[in-house]
Amino acid sequence: MFLRIHKFLEKRSFALLIGIIAVVSVGGLIEVAPLFYIDSTIEEVEGMRPYTPLELAGRNIYVREGCHACHSQMIRPLRDEVERYGHYSLAAESMYDRPFQWGSKRTGPDLSRVGSKYSDEWHRLHMEDPRAVVPESIMPPYKFLSKNALDISSIQADLKANQRLGVPYSDEMVEKAASDLRTQLDEDADDYDGFVTRYANAVVRDFDGNPDKISEMDALIAYLQMIGTLVDFDEYEAEKDENLR
Amino acid sequence: MTSKNILSRLKGDDSLIFIALICVLGFIWSIFAAQPHDVPSMIYPTMEMHGFILMGAFIIALIVIMFKVADGLPQIDHSEYEDGVIKAGVIATTFWGIVGMLVGVIIACQLTWPEIFYFENLPWTNFGRLRPLHTSAVIFAFGGNALIATSLYVVQRTCRTRLAGGNWAWFVFWGYQLFIVLAATGYLTGITQSKEYAEPEWYVDIWLTIVWVAYLMIFLFTLARRKEPHIYVANWFYLAFIITIAILHIVNNLALPTGPFDAKSYSLFAGVQDAMTQWWYGHNAVGFFLTAGFLAIMYYFIPKRADRPIWSYKLSIVHFWAVIFIYVWAGPHHLHYTALPQWTQTLGMVFSIMLWMPSWGGMINGLMTLSGAWDKLRTDPVLRMLVVSVAFYGMATFEGPLMSIRYVNALSHYTEWTIGHVHSGALGWNGFITFGALYCLVPWLWKKKELYSLKLVELHFWLATLGIVFYITSMWVAGIMEGLMWRAYTDLGFLEYAFIETVSAKHIYYVIRALGGTLFLLGTFIMAFNIFMTIKGKGLAQPLDGDIPLAKRPSVPTAAPILAGE
Amino acid sequence: MSYDILAHFIKIGGTVFFTGFFVLAIVYALWPKNKKRFDSAAQIPLCDDDRPELGDGDV
Repeated sequence: MFLRIHKFLEKRSFALLIGIIAVVSVGGLIEVAPLFYIDSTIEEVEGMRPYTPLELAGRNIYVREGCHACHSQMIRPLRDEVERYGHYSLAAESMYDRPFQWGSKRTGPDLSRVGSKYSDEWHRLHMEDPRAVVPESIMPPYKFLSKNALDISSIQADLKANQRLGVPYSDEMVEKAASDLRTQLDEDADDYDGFVTRYANAVVRDFDGNPDKISEMDALIAYLQMIGTLVDFDEYEAEKDENLR
Repeated sequence: MTSKNILSRLKGDDSLIFIALICVLGFIWSIFAAQPHDVPSMIYPTMEMHGFILMGAFIIALIVIMFKVADGLPQIDHSEYEDGVIKAGVIATTFWGIVGMLVGVIIACQLTWPEIFYFENLPWTNFGRLRPLHTSAVIFAFGGNALIATSLYVVQRTCRTRLAGGNWAWFVFWGYQLFIVLAATGYLTGITQSKEYAEPEWYVDIWLTIVWVAYLMIFLFTLARRKEPHIYVANWFYLAFIITIAILHIVNNLALPTGPFDAKSYSLFAGVQDAMTQWWYGHNAVGFFLTAGFLAIMYYFIPKRADRPIWSYKLSIVHFWAVIFIYVWAGPHHLHYTALPQWTQTLGMVFSIMLWMPSWGGMINGLMTLSGAWDKLRTDPVLRMLVVSVAFYGMATFEGPLMSIRYVNALSHYTEWTIGHVHSGALGWNGFITFGALYCLVPWLWKKKELYSLKLVELHFWLATLGIVFYITSMWVAGIMEGLMWRAYTDLGFLEYAFIETVSAKHIYYVIRALGGTLFLLGTFIMAFNIFMTIKGKGLAQPLDGDIPLAKRPSVPTAAPILAGE
Repeated sequence: MSYDILAHFIKIGGTVFFTGFFVLAIVYALWPKNKKRFDSAAQIPLCDDDRPELGDGDV
């Protein structure tokens, strides 16, 4: 007798578990799942391409240092934001971002369109000693980025992982990841033409002002200088049917 | 309970064998992970360091297990509650609370006095790396340990049965501490996925999953073995917290590592999908970790301490189902005006506003439990702490829906207002209810008549309350001010302020915030001292007399006679 | 467009599901027969808690 009741009760605690799972799953399924109809969630734009190896390495430093804790990368379609930072952000602009870096706090300004706004030199000085450039800044100093040599050993594995996840890196891009990384820092490199065909509109130059060394600063500035510059907004029609969601 | 039942019944515990197996597998993996990384110029270790930490942890675990099983399997006495692991949890909660809050004060000072608190040659002390350390330490280390300890206490008492699973409870405890250490050291050396509140990398996530599944199993099997016909409502909230966190954690952390022994991974989702998954996770981490779990604490500790049943059990049922159902829909309010489809944002907003109602239902339920016994608030500072936490819960759950309205959010998002909101919940609600629960648990677990000093609890209460007031008012003002400055225009139609002007305008509020945080931290130090002295049996914390059966003693020590006697 | 149809269904279906679910929870909580069970469950935390009860499963 006791055992029978016991068994029934035992079932009930598992039933509660199942009930909870059912209830909490609904909202998530309904809100998250439709987004995976990727074609209708993301606008069609001209100009998006995967990150170059150097930019990706720079982005990984951006992630590592937790820049997103203070800098958003998401301009909202509000008058003052568009005026302050530039065209509002499109979903397409972060389509290759793993993880996304939209951020949730603006202790510092938004960086979605920081690319080409300042010179490389400004970025380097600003990151080495923020208060030397902007006296009232509360940003931490990142002097060590200029000293640190960039870890290139893993860049091929980085591209490969992205390729596996569906980022359109060709096999050639993966193959030449390390050499492409070096090429982007040197306008006279042998493979210059091949590199710019693989990565349209990629900027090639020495970013940290020290041609003798591939530093973490090189990579980070290369990334910062390309953020938000890829999409061709002359071609983008915001009112087009497929862009209204 | 009849006397013959008290005969101890012993059972062999074979869990150690499985735990040892996990440790051996983990050890083998960590040997590979600890291989020297082939980059001489890297100035700090990454995967190597974690490899060695894991190797050390697993070796120690295996040695301990070997000693324990040297004389055969340990025996579990089912006529006693498993309280050892809860005692350890109480101490861990106190310890990590101090660590997390201390880091919070440090990063508040960094934003206030950047010249003093930044060191250009110590990258690991930069704000971007310390900030996740602060959030994870207070949420997962302080809050998580509090939840695990209280849940294992409450589930045993309300089911009237010893914890299931024998030594698995210790595996959960130490496994969870290992997770915290891996996460924290990872952030400092730059190992992060950068997803807020889910920063640890893939291998740490897998480890947490193993620990969490063990935790779920212990909890579930203890429920299944209960001697009560009913599952008390606090256990519903705990169960919802455990299972939902498991689901959220697994889905949000899906990622592809660059190699089986590499620290780096790439998210399975990209861009807008990644954002939505992250905030579905992020919001429900608040909903199920910081709300459902702590509501369970409320539903046990307030009735217990006040010695009255919960005001309305019916309301608690409606509260439970409504909260867990509505919460999961509200995530998109973190992404208003972003590139997320607008209908999803609207749905998120509507559900966030609806969430206000069940939240306040829960608050009323907690507060009204005191009806007819309001005088206890005057005499018992521990009960006051518990009740004030519920008031803060009410405040935060009113502010949340308000901020989720798109037009309000346009102003509040990205500003310090969000920080103020989060801390009215974290310090006021989660902090206070945890302090209250710890103050209850310490004398109960260590079998003392009372805490070392109720006057110190009083002092803690007022210091912490003052700290919260400084913190949230300064952040409200700073947040609304900067939001208005960002959108201010001159008569000629130009933006009135450069961004940096909004930064310098906040300085004075940052000073007040740092002061508020320091007061709160001071209160926590006082609590740690009080707990330490209670365990040592000093002051009022005299041992309970052995010959009075525990059941005959008052379960809630009242402070009134003590205060009157002084 | 499959996405729009899906979104449309979700808006209506979600509302219906939510209302139905909420009504069910309230009915369950207020059902007269459940009153006794809830009243005794509410007393659980107040009982003595020094030792577990032993049952058949514990031998």
